[in-house]
Amino acid sequence: MQRSNTYLFPFLLLSLVLLLCFVLNLSLGSVTIPFNKTLTSILGGEIENESWHYIIWNYRIPKALTAILVGSGLSLSGLLMQTLFRNPLAGPFVLGISSGASLGAALLIMGSTLFSHWLVFEVINDVSLAIASSIGSFLVLLAVITVASRIKDTMALLIIGLMFGSITAALVSVLSYFTDADKLQQYIFWAFGSVGNLSGVQLALLSVFILIGIILSVISVKSLNALLLGENYARSLGVHLKKTRFIIIIATGLLAGAVTAFAGPIAFIGLAVPHLTRQIFNTTDHKILVPAVLVYGAILLLLCDLIAQLPSSSYVLPLNAITSVVGAPVVIWLLVRKKKMIF
Amino acid sequence: MKAKKLSIGYTSRKKNTFIANDINFALSKGELGAIVGINGIGKSTLLRTLGRVQPKLSGSVFIDNKPIESLKSDDLATLVSVVLTEPIASKNLTVFQLVSLGRHPYTNWIGTLSAEDQSKILKAIKILELEPLQNTKCYELSDGQLQKVMIAKALAQDTEIILLDEPTTHLDLYHKVHILKLLQRIAHDTKKVVLYTTHEIDLAIQLCDKIFIMNSDTNNFGAPCELIESKSFEDLFPKDTITFNPKTGSFKINK
Repeated sequence: MQRSNTYLFPFLLLSLVLLLCFVLNLSLGSVTIPFNKTLTSILGGEIENESWHYIIWNYRIPKALTAILVGSGLSLSGLLMQTLFRNPLAGPFVLGISSGASLGAALLIMGSTLFSHWLVFEVINDVSLAIASSIGSFLVLLAVITVASRIKDTMALLIIGLMFGSITAALVSVLSYFTDADKLQQYIFWAFGSVGNLSGVQLALLSVFILIGIILSVISVKSLNALLLGENYARSLGVHLKKTRFIIIIATGLLAGAVTAFAGPIAFIGLAVPHLTRQIFNTTDHKILVPAVLVYGAILLLLCDLIAQLPSSSYVLPLNAITSVVGAPVVIWLLVRKKKMIF
Repeated sequence: MKAKKLSIGYTSRKKNTFIANDINFALSKGELGAIVGINGIGKSTLLRTLGRVQPKLSGSVFIDNKPIESLKSDDLATLVSVVLTEPIASKNLTVFQLVSLGRHPYTNWIGTLSAEDQSKILKAIKILELEPLQNTKCYELSDGQLQKVMIAKALAQDTEIILLDEPTTHLDLYHKVHILKLLQRIAHDTKKVVLYTTHEIDLAIQLCDKIFIMNSDTNNFGAPCELIESKSFEDLFPKDTITFNPKTGSFKINK
């Protein structure tokens, strides 16, 4: 069919760019490893410099894989939200999921000084942090789902998500006010966002969550397309609205919650990538958009991580700052130049 | 399609707000029907209730002698299609994509269009004379064109019953008549039930097989000439402003 052929070329191109970004991400960093040596190493060849080999396999490949999972997961959840809420400004963050994760992390890091006499575990490491933020994001998600089952209007749900976000943000600032400088710094470092430092187990867990999210999205593709007409039309086309909304919200929660738990709150990717993807593919069909945002999101996050690493310097910038600096102008550009932000 | 002692309105947690009660009518296959009445009387609510877009309050609606609530939503989607007044959520759809969404109840789990689906979509596009606009995005269309696209979607859905909420609102007189004659042809030729709400009573009198007049105290249903004879149109509007002329079947402004 002619239709699928028109999208074949951009898909091939995007996949090539993704591969290129992946290898670039492996080769650049505080230590620059020549591009051809990186390629040799990942293709299983021997390179003379043992430390390069070690850096690539033990540090940069897990980091690049995390970046791919994080970028894909956030972008997909953004796409789901925009269709579900019929709102081009929706993203995984408007549901308050990331704020919930922040609250979980804040309670663990900063709350331990306040409540240390009854807090059972004092050990703050990456695992307990991930657990705390997962619990936080899922509690907020559960609250949102409970409210969602009572409210028919998705716009109201969007505002409720924002309100949950405000409440959790307020609790975090109260906690920060009473906490000491050390703990505050630790929390702020988590909030900077990072795709490095994930253990093998964490990486596996993250992949499982993202995979479930992708599967749930794929089975919802048909309903997502019908939702483009609005809920009443979707219902008249035979879509089970309650079930569909539930599946999509769960998928978003898994995708955004898992990402935030392991990589910290990373802004704007979920909002900007679906719009950037629509610029290339110029379609609203989720059969095309779902795989496309996965690839595009991965590329963008690999690039953002590359910038954050400040190649050949020993500094690492906060990833969250880079994604905002890249993402916010994209949104402004879409509104000003294209005069439209449709989904 | 039949309605018996139907009550329509809105439900909230505490109480039901009734908009209209005791609605009775029956339309058989191949009939074009219109729902007329003044603003706010509940024409759209009735239409949406008949399409199960919103729940009824009491009474019953039958499709093929089956109560509407007994139908599964997948099956209902192959029996009833609706064109509502509310705008579609994404104007970024192309005309072809929008019409093809009408095939939603028939496609597989991921929505692949079969050859039959393709031909039904193209046929619907052809009937509404939308071929040159196939790949146009909906935000580039005029209101009237978009209305035609929505009707094409309903046609592609290939249902026994088509419900349309004010399908001629944004059209000029020529296109109003064009669309209504088209709806009449669809009803008569393909033996579908086509029911629409409208404010153009004079056009409805000329083209429809049956008319349902919604009035606050009494609702009348019947063929246009029967309704004229029973003087049902005469109490529709305050008599000091507008009077009905039974000979011409039209309304006149009192000078």
